[in-house]
Amino acid sequence: MTRADFRRAWAVAWKDLLTERRAKAAFNAMTFFAALMLFTFGFALGPDAPGTPGQAGGLLRHVAPGLIWVAILFSGVLAVDRSFQLEAERGGLEGLRLFPGDRKAIYFGKLCANLIVLFALEAVLLPIAAVLYSIDLWPRLPAVAAVTAAGSLGFAAMGTFYAALTVNLRARQVLLPLLLFPVLIPVVIAAVKATTLALHGDPMGEFGSWMRLLGAADVLFLTVCAWTFEFVMED
Amino acid sequence: MAQGQRIERFGLIAGFLAIPALAVGLYLGLAWAPPDAMMGNVQRIMYVHFPSWIGTALSYLTAFICSIAYLARRRPTMDYLAHAGVEVGVLFNTTGLITGSIWGRPTWGVWWTWDPRLTTTALMLVIFLGYLAVRAFLEDPDTRARIAALVATIGFLNLPIVYYSVRWWRTLHQPQSSPETVDPQIVVALRVMMIAFALLAAYLMSRRYILARLEGERERVELEPEAQGG
Repeated sequence: MTRADFRRAWAVAWKDLLTERRAKAAFNAMTFFAALMLFTFGFALGPDAPGTPGQAGGLLRHVAPGLIWVAILFSGVLAVDRSFQLEAERGGLEGLRLFPGDRKAIYFGKLCANLIVLFALEAVLLPIAAVLYSIDLWPRLPAVAAVTAAGSLGFAAMGTFYAALTVNLRARQVLLPLLLFPVLIPVVIAAVKATTLALHGDPMGEFGSWMRLLGAADVLFLTVCAWTFEFVMED
Repeated sequence: MAQGQRIERFGLIAGFLAIPALAVGLYLGLAWAPPDAMMGNVQRIMYVHFPSWIGTALSYLTAFICSIAYLARRRPTMDYLAHAGVEVGVLFNTTGLITGSIWGRPTWGVWWTWDPRLTTTALMLVIFLGYLAVRAFLEDPDTRARIAALVATIGFLNLPIVYYSVRWWRTLHQPQSSPETVDPQIVVALRVMMIAFALLAAYLMSRRYILARLEGERERVELEPEAQGG
């Protein structure tokens, strides 16, 4: 990728973020949906259910990392689903294809926009989770932020790719999660584990190895998706 | 269509060899080989369970290689073969999971555990079922072949990282027995069944390939009626 490709990628990302900031269509619905999920988990699991013996807090607090990541995945898929939809509806995808330069620029631009929307979602979601599940988030924020950033990168890398792949499909909204979630399992496992260790203590010092697994998944996803994106954007 | 005829002939030969191999393998496994010292006759399901994974691996590997080949060269034959590979792979994958579950109930006491190999193979099934779902929703043959090939490639490349992440997550499955610690009669029966299932997978894939090619030709005729009439 050349300097011009970086400029193109940023132009795509800026355009998407600007549209999103003005319409707020995806972000509002997504954040509301995610917050509602966190709230519903409270009813599903019960606020009084006992947690693990010997650990402070009830079941909700204990499984909070898993609940947070499920909420991020399920609501985040709404955001990545939209990322090629606007262009596809008005024929803008043709225009994007006609621009000169590397097609990877489109991928990285879309990825960047998706990632920023995800970060904004998580910035709202984590405090809500901390309040609802009584997690003492503030002292553990750097570690949690690092896990969230790495997990979101892997999610956005695969999510952007599959969103482009399914953009013209009739049953897109069913098929995108169907294709995306199974391949994201490594990210889910590593992110939930690392978040648990960051929030509930890490006596065995495992945090680093889960972060490395997360990083390895991120690098692999980014490389493979960027390489094969050329084939996605054909015709 | 020389290549197609080669695949067809190869599949027929594999099919004819698979019948005696399956008969001999089943006899060896169910009657000739001694029961397992610890598990007794329950262990005999292994003669179907383990060969199923040979069939799964062979089929998915075929699908992966053919998908890459399709993206590189755009020959419809490669798309038909990849489709055949995934469908036969899904069949053996399901067989492997079901027989494993039946074996797990008396041996581990549960139908299902979150063991790395179980979890990875179940995820593998979901990934390739997604492949079949995507195909069902796309009408244009070229777009369908290209998108399906990408789904298969990414899904396959992701399998090792899925496996390692789940293995770190937890582990229970007994390590594979090495041939040295197992009765030689069991080893012979298992080898015969493995070969039989590999032949069966090759035969089924070739039949599915022929079907996919016929479907593809019908589609072409339907999409370009004027080309056919003129």
